[in-house]
Amino acid sequence: MSDRPQLRLFVLRVLVVTILATLFGRLWFLQVYAGVDYDRAASANRIREVVEPARRGEVYDARGVPLVRNRTALVVSISRAALQRQSDGGSAVLARVADVIDVPADLLARQITPCGGRVEPPCWRGSPQLPVPVQEYAADDPDGVRRVLRIEERREDFPGVSAELTAVRDYPGGALGAHLLGYLGPISPQETGLPEYAGVRATALVGRAGVEAAYDRDLRGSDGVQRLFVDSLGAVTGVQGETATQPGSTLVLSVDSAVQRVAEQALERAIRTARATPSRAGDLLTADSGSVVVLEAKTGRVVAMASYPSYDPSVFLGGATPGEYAELVDEARGAPLLFRAIAGTYAPASTFKVISAAAAVQSGDYRLDGRYPCPAVFEPTGQRNFDSTALGVIDLRTALVKSCDTVFYAFAYEQWLRDGGNRPVAGLRDPMVRMAQAFGLGERTGVDLPGERRGTVADRAYRQRVWEETRGNRCAGAVNPALPEERRAANREFCEEGNRLRGGDATNFAIGQGDTLVTPLQLAAVYAALANGGTIVEPHVGRALLAPDGTAREIDPVMRGRVPVAPEVLAYLREALGGVTQPGGTAAGAFAGSGLAVAGKTGSGEVAGKQDTSWFASFAPAADPELVVVGMVSQGGTGGTVAAPMVREVYDGIYGAPGREAALPGGRLPALLPTVRPDGSIAPPGLP
Amino acid sequence: MSLLPPPSRPARPSGRVGSSEAVLWRLDWVLALAVASLVGLGSLLVWSATRQRLIDADLDPQAFVKRHLLNALIGLVVASAAALVDYRSLHAYAPVVYVASCLGLVAVLTPLGSTINGAHSWIVVGGGFQVQPAELAKLALVIGMSMLLADKRDREETPSAGDILLVLALAAVPMALVMLQPDLGTVLVLVFLVLGVLSVAGAPAVWVGGLVLAGVLVSVSAVQLGVLDDYQVKRFAAFANPELDPRGAGYNSNQARIAIGSGGLLGKGLFQGTQTRGSFIPEQQTDFIFTVAGEELGLLGGSTLLALLAVVLWRGLQIASRAPDTFGRLVAAGVVAWFTFQSFVNIGMTLGIMPVTGLPLPFVSYGGSAMLANLVAVGLLQNVHLRSREP
Repeated sequence: MSDRPQLRLFVLRVLVVTILATLFGRLWFLQVYAGVDYDRAASANRIREVVEPARRGEVYDARGVPLVRNRTALVVSISRAALQRQSDGGSAVLARVADVIDVPADLLARQITPCGGRVEPPCWRGSPQLPVPVQEYAADDPDGVRRVLRIEERREDFPGVSAELTAVRDYPGGALGAHLLGYLGPISPQETGLPEYAGVRATALVGRAGVEAAYDRDLRGSDGVQRLFVDSLGAVTGVQGETATQPGSTLVLSVDSAVQRVAEQALERAIRTARATPSRAGDLLTADSGSVVVLEAKTGRVVAMASYPSYDPSVFLGGATPGEYAELVDEARGAPLLFRAIAGTYAPASTFKVISAAAAVQSGDYRLDGRYPCPAVFEPTGQRNFDSTALGVIDLRTALVKSCDTVFYAFAYEQWLRDGGNRPVAGLRDPMVRMAQAFGLGERTGVDLPGERRGTVADRAYRQRVWEETRGNRCAGAVNPALPEERRAANREFCEEGNRLRGGDATNFAIGQGDTLVTPLQLAAVYAALANGGTIVEPHVGRALLAPDGTAREIDPVMRGRVPVAPEVLAYLREALGGVTQPGGTAAGAFAGSGLAVAGKTGSGEVAGKQDTSWFASFAPAADPELVVVGMVSQGGTGGTVAAPMVREVYDGIYGAPGREAALPGGRLPALLPTVRPDGSIAPPGLP
Repeated sequence: MSLLPPPSRPARPSGRVGSSEAVLWRLDWVLALAVASLVGLGSLLVWSATRQRLIDADLDPQAFVKRHLLNALIGLVVASAAALVDYRSLHAYAPVVYVASCLGLVAVLTPLGSTINGAHSWIVVGGGFQVQPAELAKLALVIGMSMLLADKRDREETPSAGDILLVLALAAVPMALVMLQPDLGTVLVLVFLVLGVLSVAGAPAVWVGGLVLAGVLVSVSAVQLGVLDDYQVKRFAAFANPELDPRGAGYNSNQARIAIGSGGLLGKGLFQGTQTRGSFIPEQQTDFIFTVAGEELGLLGGSTLLALLAVVLWRGLQIASRAPDTFGRLVAAGVVAWFTFQSFVNIGMTLGIMPVTGLPLPFVSYGGSAMLANLVAVGLLQNVHLRSREP
C-alpha cells in the first residue's frame, strides 16, 4: 500500500482530534468558566417561592374601639404587561372588563399606566410588571360577586385580568380620623430595594400617610415564605425551607375616637358658622380650612387631631380615581389630603404673647408685677393696637387677658434697642427669639406621623437667608416701571435692608405676626409646656403595640426638656390665661356659662391678601390642667368669635355639658391598655 | 448498476482467523473495553435520567435501564456475529442489508410508520419494540459504499468520476428517504459519512470540495424554499439565538446548558442533578443524555465520556490504517467518520454549539436501533482488526 491512504486517514485523524478538543473546550467553558451563572440559573429553575402575605395589624383607639380593620374583598386586577402582548394592545379585553365592572375603558387604561414623566394621575405607582387593582367588591356583595364570576367563568375572554379574594382595609368610623390613620399604597419599584422595606414583596401595599406609614414596619408583620422545589411542569417535588408568617402587631392609639368625633364635629360646625359670619372688611368669612388638636398636657399624648376639609380614606382602596385624586390635592377645594394639624403653618398671632411675656420677664428687663402703658398707637413704629383702643397703664395679666399689642411692642422694641437696634451689637440676646426656640418653635415636635412641618421662627439668620435668596428678584422689582409705585417702594426697601431686623420686625415678632409660622400641633406643645409646669413634650399618637401573642409594647411619653421659665412665671401666665375666658377677657363671650375653668389665649393672625387666621390655644382645668386644646380656622376672623367658641364646644363635648354627655369624663384617658383576647379580638381596657 | 455480489477474490493470507480462543485473544480489547465502559456509563445515565419520572409515575424505576441493557445484550450478540463472519463475505450480505434498510425507510413513510417528536422515523414492530430504519441505513451505507469503492480501488489509485457518481447514487436513495421523514440529523451524518469514505478512498479534492459546496447550497435553499418543516427552521433559529424564545424552540438548548453549566467540576452526584430530577430537559435519556453526565458527574464525568469516545475513534483509525485491504479500511474509516460526526452533533447541541437535531450519542443514548447499529459497527471494526496484518 502506498502512503496516500495513510495521508487521507491522517486528515480524518486531525478532524477527530479537532472535534474532540472543541467539545472539551466548550465543556470546560460551560462548567468551570461560566459555571456559577448556570448554577444560579439551575437554582432559579427549580426553586419557587410561595408567599403567604402577613395579616396587617389593625388600629384601635385608646378604649379599644376599632379604627382600621381588615376585611376580605374581591379585587379585579389588570396586568398591563399581559395586555400589551395582545395583538391589539389589549383594547378589546379592556373594553370587555370595562363593561363588566362598569368603569369607562379609557379610565381603566389610565389607571394601569405607570406613573412617571408627564403621566398625570390616576396612574399606577407600583411596579410596572404587577397587576393593577382596578375595582373592588365586598366579598358579600352579591352584585360584585356576580360581576367577578362573569370574568372568572370566561377566563379565555379576559387574558391578563384576574379577580381574587384579597384582604383590604376597612374603616368602621368612615372618615373619622382619616388624616391620622392615613392610607395604603403600592410599594414603588425604587422602594423595594431600601432597607426599611426589607422583606416586603413587590406586590405589597405599604403605609403612605398617617399612622399606617409611621408604624408601617410594626403593622405589616413579615410574610411567610415557602421555598419549594419544583420540576419543569411546576409540580412540587419537595420543600427546601419555610419561614412562618408573622402577623403585624395591633396598634393602639392614644386617640379617643369619641373625642376625635367631638373635635371633628366642632371644627366642621365652626367653619359652617364662620361662613355665615361677617369679616372685619364686611364680607362673609371664607373659613376655608381649620384644625383642632387635643393633647394630654402632661404626657403629650394626642387625644384628638382634626383637620378640615377631610376625606374618606376608602377612596384609596384599589387606588383613587382621577377625579377623586384631583379633588384630594386641589388647592381650590382646600386640598383635603393636607393634614393641617401638623403640615399647615400659620402665623400664631396673639397666642404667641405668652412666649413674649415669658421672654420679657425671664430676660430680667421687666418685672412680673410691673405695670406697663397700653396706648392705642406705639409711637416709635407707628403701629396700632389690634382694635386701636388704649387701656392706660396695665399689668401683664391685663395685657394678656385683653390682648394689648402695644405693651408687647414696647417690650420688643426696647429689647431690640438694647441689642443695638439697627446696628446690632456683639453678644445679641434676642430674648423673644430664644424663648420661641426654647418652646420648640421652628423645629418639628417629633410627633409619630409623617409629613410634619417645622414652621419658622423669623430670627435674624432667617431674614438673612430669605434676603439672599430673593434679593435678585426684589431689587429688579424695585426699578420695574410696570409695577405700581407702592410695590416698587416695598421692593426697594427689601432690596436695601431686607436682611436686617428692624424695629418694626421686632415688634411684629412679639405679637406672632410677620414671618413666624407654627403648626397647630406646635402651638399645642407650647401650651402643654405652659400647662404642665414647663416640660416640653413630644406629642405621640401611638399608645402601644400589641403583638399577636398578646404582649404589649407601650410607646412611652417622651419629654424633650424644660423651658427656661421660672415656675412662678408659668403660674402667673396660667392664671392670666384663666382670665381670658372670664368677663373682660377676649374669649369671655365664647365661654360664657361654661362649667369648666378654661385658660387660653385668642389670636387673630393677619395674612396678606387673606382674612385673619382665627386661633384659640387653651388648657383645662385652668387650676390643674389635664388637656390642651388648640383650635384654628384659616380665614376665620378673630380668635374670640370663631376659634374660641369652637374650642368651647370641644371642651363641652369632652367633659360634658348640660344636655350633652361627656365623651371622656374627667378628660382622662384610660390608664390601662386594651388587650388581645385568646381569639385575637381586642378587649377594651380593664375588660376581659 | 448491479447490487449483486461481485465475483469473489482470492483471500489474503493475513485474513485468516484462527480458533475461537485465538480470536478472543486477538480482539482489540482496548476498543472493546472502551465501548463496554461507554455502554456501562450510558446505562447509569439512562437510569438517572428516567428514574425520577418513573418513580413519579409509580412505575419500576429501573424499567428504562433494564430495557437499555437488554438492547445492549442484543447488540452484543449481533455484533459478535458481525465480528466473526469474514467481512469479505459481507459482499454477499451488503446488498441485502442495503435493500432491507431502504425498504424499512420506505415503510416508515407509509402508515406503518409512527411519528415521535415531530419525526416520522419509527416502525412499531410490536412487543414494545420500535425499529428506526435510519440507524440501520448508516450501517448499510458504510458497507455498500466501501464495497463499491473497494472493488475499483484495488486496481486504481483514485476512484473515477463514474465510481463516485455511482456511490453518490447509492447514498442518495437512503438520504432522500430519511429527508422525507424528516430527520435532518441523520441526513447530516450520512453526508459526513459519504464524504469521509470518499476522501479516504482517494476521491479527488475537487469532488470532495464540490460535494461540500453542494451540500451547503442544498441546505440554504432547503431553508429558503420551505422544504424543511417549521419545527426544523425554528430549531435552527433558536440555535442562532437561544434566548429568542426560551419557552419554545430554544428551551431544550437553554435547559441543557443550564444543566451542564451547573454541574461544575465534579458534578452534583449521580441521581442528584436538579435539572435531571426535575425533568427540565425533554428527551434526556436519548438525544440529551450528555446533559446528565454534565450535570451529575461534572467536568470529570463529561471529559471521561469524551476520553472514552476518543479511545474508540483512535482504535477505529488504527484499525483503518492497518486494514488488510481497501474494503476493510473504508469500512473502518466510514464507521469512524459516522461516530465522530454523530458524537460532535449530539454533544455539540447539548453544549449549545450545534443546532438541536434528533441524534443519539453512540453507545450512551437510550434506543435499541441505534445501539444495535453502533455495536454492529464496532463488530465490523473488530472484524477488520482480526484480519489485519499487525494485530
